[in-house]
Amino acid sequence: MVYREKKLTRGRFLKVMGGGALAGSTLSVLVACQPNTSAQNSGGNGGGGSGGNSKQLNLYNWSDYVAKSTIPGFEKKYKVNVTQDFFGSNEELLAKLQAGGIGYDVIVPSDYMVAIMAKSDVIQKLDMSKIPNFKNVGQEFKKPPYDPKNEYSVPYQWGTTGILYNKKKVGKIETWDPLWDPKYRGKIAMIDDVRETLGAALYRRGYSVNTTDPKKLKEAEDELKKQKPLLRGYFASTEVRPLVVNGDVLLGHVYSGDGFTAVIDNKDLDYVIPQPAATRWTDNMAIPKGAPHADLAYKFINYLLGAKAGAALSNYTYYGTPNEAALPTIDKSLTSLPTYSPPKKVFDRLEVIQDVGKATRKYERIFTEVKSS
Amino acid sequence: MGENKGRGWSLGLAGLLTPVTFWLGIFFVIPLLFILAYSFGTSGVYGGITLGFNPSNYLKVFDPLYLKIVGRTLLIATLNTLLCLALGYPLAYFIAFKGRRHRNALILMVMIPFWTSLLVRAYAWVVILGGNGIANKILQFLHLTDKPLNLIFTPQAVTMGLVYSYLPFMILPLYAALERFDTRLKEAAQDLGASRWHTFWRVTFPLSMPGVIAGSILVFIPSAGEFVIPDLLGGSRTVMVGNLIQQQFLNARDWAFGSALSIILAVLLIGAIMYYVRRVGTDQLEGG
Amino acid sequence: MGDSKGGPLSRGLGNLSDRALLLFTGFVYLFLYAPIFVLVFFSFNSSRSTQTWTGFSFKWYGALLQDQSVLKAFYTSLIVGVSSTVIATAIGTFTALALVRYNFRGKGFTDSIVYAATVMPEIVVGVSLLVFFVAASIPLGITTIIIAHVAFNISFVTIVVRARLSGMDRSIEEAAQDLGANPVNTFLRVTLPLILPGVMAGALLAFTLSFDDFVITFFVAGVGSSTLPLKIYSMIKFGVSPVINALSTVILVTTVIFIFGGSRIFMKKEEG
Repeated sequence: MVYREKKLTRGRFLKVMGGGALAGSTLSVLVACQPNTSAQNSGGNGGGGSGGNSKQLNLYNWSDYVAKSTIPGFEKKYKVNVTQDFFGSNEELLAKLQAGGIGYDVIVPSDYMVAIMAKSDVIQKLDMSKIPNFKNVGQEFKKPPYDPKNEYSVPYQWGTTGILYNKKKVGKIETWDPLWDPKYRGKIAMIDDVRETLGAALYRRGYSVNTTDPKKLKEAEDELKKQKPLLRGYFASTEVRPLVVNGDVLLGHVYSGDGFTAVIDNKDLDYVIPQPAATRWTDNMAIPKGAPHADLAYKFINYLLGAKAGAALSNYTYYGTPNEAALPTIDKSLTSLPTYSPPKKVFDRLEVIQDVGKATRKYERIFTEVKSS
Repeated sequence: MGENKGRGWSLGLAGLLTPVTFWLGIFFVIPLLFILAYSFGTSGVYGGITLGFNPSNYLKVFDPLYLKIVGRTLLIATLNTLLCLALGYPLAYFIAFKGRRHRNALILMVMIPFWTSLLVRAYAWVVILGGNGIANKILQFLHLTDKPLNLIFTPQAVTMGLVYSYLPFMILPLYAALERFDTRLKEAAQDLGASRWHTFWRVTFPLSMPGVIAGSILVFIPSAGEFVIPDLLGGSRTVMVGNLIQQQFLNARDWAFGSALSIILAVLLIGAIMYYVRRVGTDQLEGG
Repeated sequence: MGDSKGGPLSRGLGNLSDRALLLFTGFVYLFLYAPIFVLVFFSFNSSRSTQTWTGFSFKWYGALLQDQSVLKAFYTSLIVGVSSTVIATAIGTFTALALVRYNFRGKGFTDSIVYAATVMPEIVVGVSLLVFFVAASIPLGITTIIIAHVAFNISFVTIVVRARLSGMDRSIEEAAQDLGANPVNTFLRVTLPLILPGVMAGALLAFTLSFDDFVITFFVAGVGSSTLPLKIYSMIKFGVSPVINALSTVILVTTVIFIFGGSRIFMKKEEG
């Protein structure tokens, strides 16, 4: 039997490769042509490769999260190369870092992840004397609960998580409830993020986003299972935005920057920070343990806390800046949006996601179950 | 074969085999043993793993929730294989027997999508099936619907994307099998009075069985392990085992459970191939 | 299509079924190409939308050319593709020689491992390599990507080269050896030229598989090693714009040029 099996496998592969070989031979020029292309490329893109003698900064960031001028500006100022890789979620960032993603100099984790990373010993304590521009950081962004002594992180951008929706078709909304309204079956999209999506369900129930009470979590799970048949799916916030803009969905769970980007271009849309509570998050810059170019990392962090680079960043991402020196040069079209810099009353009902310790597993299991159900 | 078995040759043999033993041994076999070991471990809350003998990761797979995903994955992969066969066979048949002068051009046209990035091909469907996409516009133009339908981010979209991505993998081996086919056999059968239909089922199809098997395996395996297409076209709603494994490794950081799932997927698929090849393959092939 | 073989019997019904077959074939080709044309079409759209046509423009091609990260990803893919192809082709050719020319204990086992590597689901290979690299503290990056690509390419090269080798007449080699050529010389002067088409085919298959691989790369990529497929993935997922369409069009056109250009040269060679 084993012999037969082998013979068959061989036979089938010969056939397959007959096809492959045919295609292969017809493509033989490909190889001949490659060196040209690569030579051209390495010539034209001297800064691109990892080779070269100049120093290099490795940035691990969310996708589309720096201004067009951010990296070229830094490269010019310090005569260095910057390479950027992207992750899709805080959990992915942590996984890659733990999985030996050694070599990154600056990473951009969100609030609760800073606490987890400090606890897991994957980021280093910062030497604030190397970040003089830290003075530009607004009071409300200093000493945050996830890093109470400002030991590990420096704020990068901040924002809220709310609902981007079609005002014209849905009417004005103020709570999380429309995301559960059967009227909009197939016209709702949620963020594919364990804490944010469970958060929406918890907020709707009037609970804290940081609860570890199994009973409350169970309720949130039931809420999400109830919601799932109404959904188009779970997406990255950046994927939700075009869905709402194109009219694929009417209501989308998004981060504020994606909300504002859509709202500014399209008067039918609106971004709301729902009642009774919603998330206020801060993304932070941190330096991983074992970062090969820590000196440059400090320079980069300091550079982004400068007035000009900070403003350029927020004018591109449409997120809030924790950098007070940058505030005056933020676009008026942005600052005039009521939800961009929410009044104190709204600000006070925003919650910050925190590390939930052992309940992390529980959260993740619930989300996996909901997505798989 | 007349192999040489002298001393010098054994040295040569050792030289030829050292690199592959080294590479596949270290970078294929050992990693598989690692996940086998990890699949019996226990994951820490923030990642990390404690080795041991903990069968709970495997027991977890029998949780109805996960069993459902495994079942769905096999179902989607099977459906995909059958659809590819249904679309691919007539095409391969046409090229091999009716293509004549244009054979090479026609098969090249199958290969162009095959050599184009898989991601690009999946993305094409994101564009087409979107709310204002071409598909909805056509449906509305034909008055088949008056409101845009939800086409994308559905299980159907995932199946569509899979068929589209893997169709060339079915056509090429089918064509390779049919192309070598001796048409005199067909003529002989027909001279003996068999109808075309009869000839096809009794002569042509059995002889093309190696191509059918090769194509089916080439389509079934990767589509059962797929995670990109459900990710891009399924809106994380049509979860397949591949997505689950990816989640365990990159989001939930439960490497132990992820490893157990990987082992189960590998065993299931290889088992399926062996079963399929024996069941469908042997008599047909031996007969030919 | 004046088909000579089906000819004698293709009356009435035969013609009808031929026509149905033709129609069906046309439909399948349409299915294969329509999505590609839609992509190409919207790469020339003047607005950001990939679904509604607003006017003709080349601007997304301009944006593509200015996107350093795409160029860099392309360059990374090229390095990975070429190096993994060279290594895998050498190892695969040796392996094929060993499997065809020798009988040895453990041959069945070697054989099974080679085939197992081709049928193992990519995601399993990807996670197992991730786990392995982490455990062995090998930092993730371009090296680990190349290592992984070589691992899955060896088998494909072996299979292709082996197909060529097993159909080969050994008498020339034997003659060379009888004339006193040593094994290395025989290989370089006689065997290699004979199996070269198979080796080239294997190398090209390896290059394509490497250049297009997403799943395995996704798991083993690290600092500064985003390949083109990884870049395309993040473009699709986190910021859809017609730049992807433009990029897809470029990839497509390049592929078509190579395939047709290549097939022309290849066919000439066959005739000559």
